[in-house]
Amino acid sequence: MANDVAVKSFYQESTNKYSGILSWLLTKDHKRIGLMYMIAILAFFVVGVIIGLLMRLELIAPGRTIMDAQTYNTLFTLHGVIMIFLFIIPGLPAIFGNFFLPIQIGARDVAFPRLNLLSWYIYIIGAILVLVSLFLPGGPIDTGWTFYIPYSVRSTTNVSMALFAAFVLGFSSILTGLNFITTVHRLRAPGMGFFKMPLFVWATYATAWIQILATPVIALTILLVILERTFGVGIFDPALGGDPILFQHMFWIYSHPAVYIMILPAMGVVSEIIPTFSRRTIFGYKAIAMSSLAIAFVGYLVWAHHMFSSGMSDTARWIFSLLTFIVALPSGVKIFNWVATMYKGSIDPQTPFLWVMNFIFLFSIGGLTGLVLGSLATDIHLTDTYFVVAHFHYVMFGGTGTIFFAALHYWFPKMFGKMYNKKFANIAVVAYFIGFNMLYFPKFIMGYMGMPRRYYDYLPQFTIYQEISTIGSWILSGTIFFIIGYLIHALKYGKKATSNPWGGVTLEWHIPSPPPLENFETIPIVTHEPYDFSQLKEMKDE
Amino acid sequence: MGISPTTHAESVDFVMLYIVAISVVLLLGITATMVYFVFKYNRKKGHAPVDIHGNLLLEVIWIVIPTLLVLSMFYFGYTSFRETREIPDNPFVVKVTARMWQFSFEYPNGKKTDTLYVPLSTGIDLEMRSMDVNHAFYIPAFRIKEDIIYGKTNHLYFTPKEVGDYDVACAEYCGLSHSAMYTKVKVIHDNEFTTWYGSNWQPQNK
Repeated sequence: MANDVAVKSFYQESTNKYSGILSWLLTKDHKRIGLMYMIAILAFFVVGVIIGLLMRLELIAPGRTIMDAQTYNTLFTLHGVIMIFLFIIPGLPAIFGNFFLPIQIGARDVAFPRLNLLSWYIYIIGAILVLVSLFLPGGPIDTGWTFYIPYSVRSTTNVSMALFAAFVLGFSSILTGLNFITTVHRLRAPGMGFFKMPLFVWATYATAWIQILATPVIALTILLVILERTFGVGIFDPALGGDPILFQHMFWIYSHPAVYIMILPAMGVVSEIIPTFSRRTIFGYKAIAMSSLAIAFVGYLVWAHHMFSSGMSDTARWIFSLLTFIVALPSGVKIFNWVATMYKGSIDPQTPFLWVMNFIFLFSIGGLTGLVLGSLATDIHLTDTYFVVAHFHYVMFGGTGTIFFAALHYWFPKMFGKMYNKKFANIAVVAYFIGFNMLYFPKFIMGYMGMPRRYYDYLPQFTIYQEISTIGSWILSGTIFFIIGYLIHALKYGKKATSNPWGGVTLEWHIPSPPPLENFETIPIVTHEPYDFSQLKEMKDE
Repeated sequence: MGISPTTHAESVDFVMLYIVAISVVLLLGITATMVYFVFKYNRKKGHAPVDIHGNLLLEVIWIVIPTLLVLSMFYFGYTSFRETREIPDNPFVVKVTARMWQFSFEYPNGKKTDTLYVPLSTGIDLEMRSMDVNHAFYIPAFRIKEDIIYGKTNHLYFTPKEVGDYDVACAEYCGLSHSAMYTKVKVIHDNEFTTWYGSNWQPQNK
């Protein structure tokens, strides 16, 4: 593709007759929709980060520092709701899945472009409902993002509104999943069999199945809670003849698989970045693809490990403990295959690769501490303590969050046609690593010492760890704002990116940066395996 | 850590140590290998990359060995957990009531306190109920906790073997003053306990 200049990009051409903002708000182009998600999701991410900063500041010393207990309880609830429902669940699939899944399988768009736009609007409506719930009389929700009954039925805050927002957001997730599954089945380019698909597509595809199969369960659960709050129907509240443990089961039947909705696409991104910068094929393609499906499947069967201390029967406890250990295995398989992919490669550790190294370290800690929590004796001690908080931040933030930045740095030149300052970017990787571990590692220690989570105040022996953690939060959030800063700067002042700055071979690197409206002039015929770098030579000759 | 206040706390610490030791080896192994590859196969060195599509033997090895490791972790975790589920012989039963935001205790002779007093080396059975929402009874030093679910009775068993004062925390979020829902369990010698408790309590055969 020597003549990038001659091709009009999707920024210059629109799917409709409008120009300006309307050409975006009414677009059916998967790439524009991906970018609209990016703006909304990043905005909420920043809100979530600021809330986290405020919580950490409150916790820098015992007793009251900057806010009262009710405010703190509200903030940790909002931090959870925003980070989970508005950032990390939609983050990778809605932004990068939308933008790159169709391109990577050689399609001009997703199967249902209008439905795709509708999903974005549903996301925005859900997000607005979350915001509205903050300002209505009654005050912002204070139940924790897990909405445990009976507290969530007793709380006088705007629980129903916030729950309804999560209900609406669920539909955005379901419809996006539906769209991706259909796209993968129907729109693959000629020659692209299932086992020639890039692994990001595999991962997003596996995720999409969880989205459409698990999300309805939470929708149902939420609806029942709203019914209970509004009409006093006794389903979960024992005062009305209900069962609060039933709520916990129904909640986690969705919310545990949701963890895999968060992490699987990230694993897909890793499987893209490592081959590109190692310039060799992925090690164990089928093992990685199948382990995604295995995680998606076994991930359904481990939910009750969130409830080991709830008074479930001992049989339930050991069965769920055993299954939890089993679900760790496919994640291990992935990590071993990724490291093996570096073996005898030609490694150029540029920014996206450094992010992936960051990921492998942080996510391994997250995964391995999951073993501590999967084991019954240790879980009973550590559940509902800071150990769990540290564990899931290492998995979700250290895993998916880190890969969010990896994906951003990997695909930025393709999405915007500009390159960022690589020196700044590499400094950010290191600062992120230091800030992250300072912020979250002390929480493992506090957890083992017996510091319960969701605590506004704490005993004096925890002070030193809380201080280190708060200082870490300044480094980490400073780094995040620095990243957003230099990326926005690059949009305007960055050097022009070539169509293939990293030497990747999946289909997105065969087309101009940024891509034209319908991605491909002619639909490609796929003859190569996804990570066959012998193509690089032909690609340069094109 | 000093001396463990219960036998069970020792076994939990052992399970923790076992899993963490294996985890540290795995983490350092993965990280060191990765960093080594990045230097060894750096593009600057000019090696031609070799396409290796996979290796069935390796895949089998790194499924089978981790499987054995996690099964052993499961086993140790489960056997240690079993200790907490065995009801002590002739337990001393204390009724625990949790409400927003305090615990209160009622002893067999009708005595009531808001700090838990228990005699040394006696099996204790806490019969726990909630008056309002969910709480949890958590004794970090004993490494045990159990939720107190509104509408249900949950039990927590332990046998203290060291005299002392230990923190008790609520570990299930329960609203405004959740973080102030602390009390203590005071483990005292039999004779002291008899004096404190009044009548009708005989130290069990030990």
